[in-house]
Amino acid sequence: MSRWLSLVPLFLLLALAAYFAIGLSTDSRTIKSVLIDKPLPAFALPKFGHEGQTFGSDDLKGRVSLLNIFASWCITCRVEHPMLVKLTAEKRVAIYGLAWKDKPDELKAWLEELGNPYLAIADDAKGRTAIDLGVTGAPETYVIDKHGRIRFKQVGAIDEIVWRDALEPIVKRLEAEQ
Amino acid sequence: MIRLALILLLCFTVAAHAVEPDEVLPDAAQESRARALTAELRCVVCQNESVDASNAPLAKDIRVLVRERIQAGDSDQEVRDYIVARYGEFVLLRPPLSANTILLWFGPVVLLAGGLALAYFYVRRLNRTPRVVTPLSAAEEDAVKRIIEGERS
Repeated sequence: MSRWLSLVPLFLLLALAAYFAIGLSTDSRTIKSVLIDKPLPAFALPKFGHEGQTFGSDDLKGRVSLLNIFASWCITCRVEHPMLVKLTAEKRVAIYGLAWKDKPDELKAWLEELGNPYLAIADDAKGRTAIDLGVTGAPETYVIDKHGRIRFKQVGAIDEIVWRDALEPIVKRLEAEQ
Repeated sequence: MIRLALILLLCFTVAAHAVEPDEVLPDAAQESRARALTAELRCVVCQNESVDASNAPLAKDIRVLVRERIQAGDSDQEVRDYIVARYGEFVLLRPPLSANTILLWFGPVVLLAGGLALAYFYVRRLNRTPRVVTPLSAAEEDAVKRIIEGERS
């Protein structure tokens, strides 16, 4: 009995070590979205390039899509952009954009230079919709299901590996859903 | 003297905050509520700074948003709930007491109490163990004697 008792500190230490091992190996910088499996927050923003029209959460229902938060001032978005252009060119998924606190002329120039992979772009000039979505930086990409619910959030740029390992399996699974 | 004054001055500096003049609310009471609230909100860009202290553009947006909610008549708790609904409890620098955080709040106390209890029982058992002193055998006495004498010579 007393021999077992003397081992208690060792077990406590091992438990603590396991706890820290888990804690240290997970990326605490990426904040998990609280909106997963919840409907996209309702928004209706000016549709970029289509004066007088709006683009909003209702337009994201009916098909599986990506909602990409980007901006012309965002360096990583520039890195990510060719991958989005490629995904659209190969018709692999519907991509919508949300331009976060961007200026219309700078956004226009950016799209002209790099190409426009988006079916439509919501112009969130004030950044309020981004806050409603829980955006922590750009680029971030939400996977939206057919019912307009957020099912996955990708923080950081999409590249070939992120697409293959994270996004494509989810998009495929959601497309098979009713 | 001047050096001493400088040192004293440095001792009494306060943490910088990032609130810009155009953000400040005209109502002083509302402004101080906003300051207190944003000081306890984590900036999601530079995560170990508060929204009140951070220069990140997103922190500024949230500062302005918090002030708008206050002006619209939200209570402190309503403002907090509004931000938590979007970013989760992670943004609260002072985590609320809930099933998830119970270990965080009471873990250290439990560990300390456990350690004290272990130490208490260990020491008590040591004191209780009768100290039986077995006298040395004749052969051992001889050996000790030889060693001592060997050292003396």
